[in-house]
Amino acid sequence: MIENADVALTDWSRAQFALTAMYHWIFVPLTLGLSIIIAMMETVYVRTGKEEWKRLTRFWMTLFGINFAIGVATGIILEFEFGTNWSNYSWFVGDIFGAPLAIEGILAFFLESTFIAVMFFGWNKVGKKFHLASSWLVAIGANLSALWILVANAWMQNPVGMVFNPDTARNELVNFRAVLFNPVAVDKFLHTVSSGFLLASLFVLGVSSWFLLKKREEWFAKRSILIAGIFGLLSSLLVVFSGDTSARTIAEVQPVKFAAFEAHYFGKQNAGLVTFGLLKDSEVESGTMDVKDFAFRIEIPGLLSLMTGGNKEAFVPGIKDLVYGLPDSTIIAVTEKMRRGRIARDLLYDFREAKKQNDNIQAETIRKTFQDKDFVNDYFRYFGYAFLDRPEDVIPNVPVAFYTFHLMVMLGFLFVLICCIAVFLVLKGTISKNRWFLWVALFSIPLAYIASESGWILAEMGRQPWIIQDLMPVSAAVSQISPGAVMTTFILFAVLFTALLIAEVSIMIRQIKNGPKH
Amino acid sequence: MKPLLPFAAKVFRFYYDGFSNMSSWGKRVWIIILIKLFIIFVILKVFFFPDILKREYNTDEQRSEYILDQLTKSSETYD
Repeated sequence: MIENADVALTDWSRAQFALTAMYHWIFVPLTLGLSIIIAMMETVYVRTGKEEWKRLTRFWMTLFGINFAIGVATGIILEFEFGTNWSNYSWFVGDIFGAPLAIEGILAFFLESTFIAVMFFGWNKVGKKFHLASSWLVAIGANLSALWILVANAWMQNPVGMVFNPDTARNELVNFRAVLFNPVAVDKFLHTVSSGFLLASLFVLGVSSWFLLKKREEWFAKRSILIAGIFGLLSSLLVVFSGDTSARTIAEVQPVKFAAFEAHYFGKQNAGLVTFGLLKDSEVESGTMDVKDFAFRIEIPGLLSLMTGGNKEAFVPGIKDLVYGLPDSTIIAVTEKMRRGRIARDLLYDFREAKKQNDNIQAETIRKTFQDKDFVNDYFRYFGYAFLDRPEDVIPNVPVAFYTFHLMVMLGFLFVLICCIAVFLVLKGTISKNRWFLWVALFSIPLAYIASESGWILAEMGRQPWIIQDLMPVSAAVSQISPGAVMTTFILFAVLFTALLIAEVSIMIRQIKNGPKH
Repeated sequence: MKPLLPFAAKVFRFYYDGFSNMSSWGKRVWIIILIKLFIIFVILKVFFFPDILKREYNTDEQRSEYILDQLTKSSETYD
């Protein structure tokens, strides 16, 4: 039975996917942002005709090339894992996931692969404007590739635009526009790519600061800081804005995840936003739910209500309300969702039985029921709840969600400040004298990666137990294969990706030390 | 077809020159790319990552049946 699915198998499969995705994500955000920064620098070169700008562009292009080359195809392993480790999920979701991923593959191949050759091989062989166009097309292609991956991911967080076919056990795409403009997809795309821009800006700021600390390449470093500082500042503001809209959307479509961000267990009006806090086990008992309390917190009163409901008196439901339900409200208890999910699952079972017994009339009636909007909205949308053992299973790991969220947000605001100071100091002409800031900028590089990875841990751990929100839990999605095999590939990946990372960092450090060519 | 040939030759020449005059870091990352692609597509894909449903079942109908069976097993038990 799926309810009794091997916990070790599910956990190892999740750990393997997490490892692959997190390593893959080390390479991606730098590609997204640095490609734009390079294109901006080259634009200045083409407009001014100054060779220094070409030199500067080529230096950052080298680092971009190293990162791109080491990272390329690491994402394909995730697709292998879908077929091997998550075959139930892959089949169930097939057509929806296939379309965006196919578009991503075509775009990545034609735009990036074609024009990246012009970027690297085309200096002095093609016209300046054609070369510049190629650089911009690589940047646009990389970011458009990200769009399609994020559209697919957003569908898992908020499944829309499809209809379930009980004959094939697959969800079929019926409204591509709804999938593409899924509110989660829009927020996720803006937040993810802008965070990639910010990470790349901090990378350029940090590396340029290292040159200034070493008293090398002053002209080059200051120009790089100016461009990265302005771009980083604009990106960081977009990160804050899109993060805010993203949180509002999550509060609507994944309310338990949202409550877990804030470790908000008990709903209330005038709910405060925790800016920083430490969790401890609570002395308050609430059924069989494991409750955390704050050992310490700094809170802005009323802000959570204001952000989610538009005014301080707005009621913000807590995890307890969302699990056990709230009388006189639209919140449905998880036990009721489990009941409705089981009705949908039993109907699917009846459909199979009717087909086996050649009862075509009954089969056709059930087939039509699965297309009926009321049945979909009232029952099938809770299909995944049929696989849960107890209501509390819908609660993600609250400390992980809470700490990753707050770490990401705190670092995000720190990065706004760093970009502001960088632009101010470089315009004032005193950046070289402020060595403390150069050190801060240098150490902001690993912090940017920590913030970026935290965002993904939050997004994926925060939505547990779902692989597809409300429709399929991870335990029902996993392939019935040997946990030992998954463990072996986990170790293989850990070795492979660590080797790739060491290769990238060592080649990059060597190129940075060499500096721009004269 | 004639106009295509000079264009194809130009493209070939472009890539040939690009690879021939590649810097040392470029050559190093290309070696890493090739080793990585070999590991991913020849070792991992072939030996460790079969498509389970394609391997176990011959037709889409059989695959659908298997998934439906997985999804409705509990209903069968309750029945």
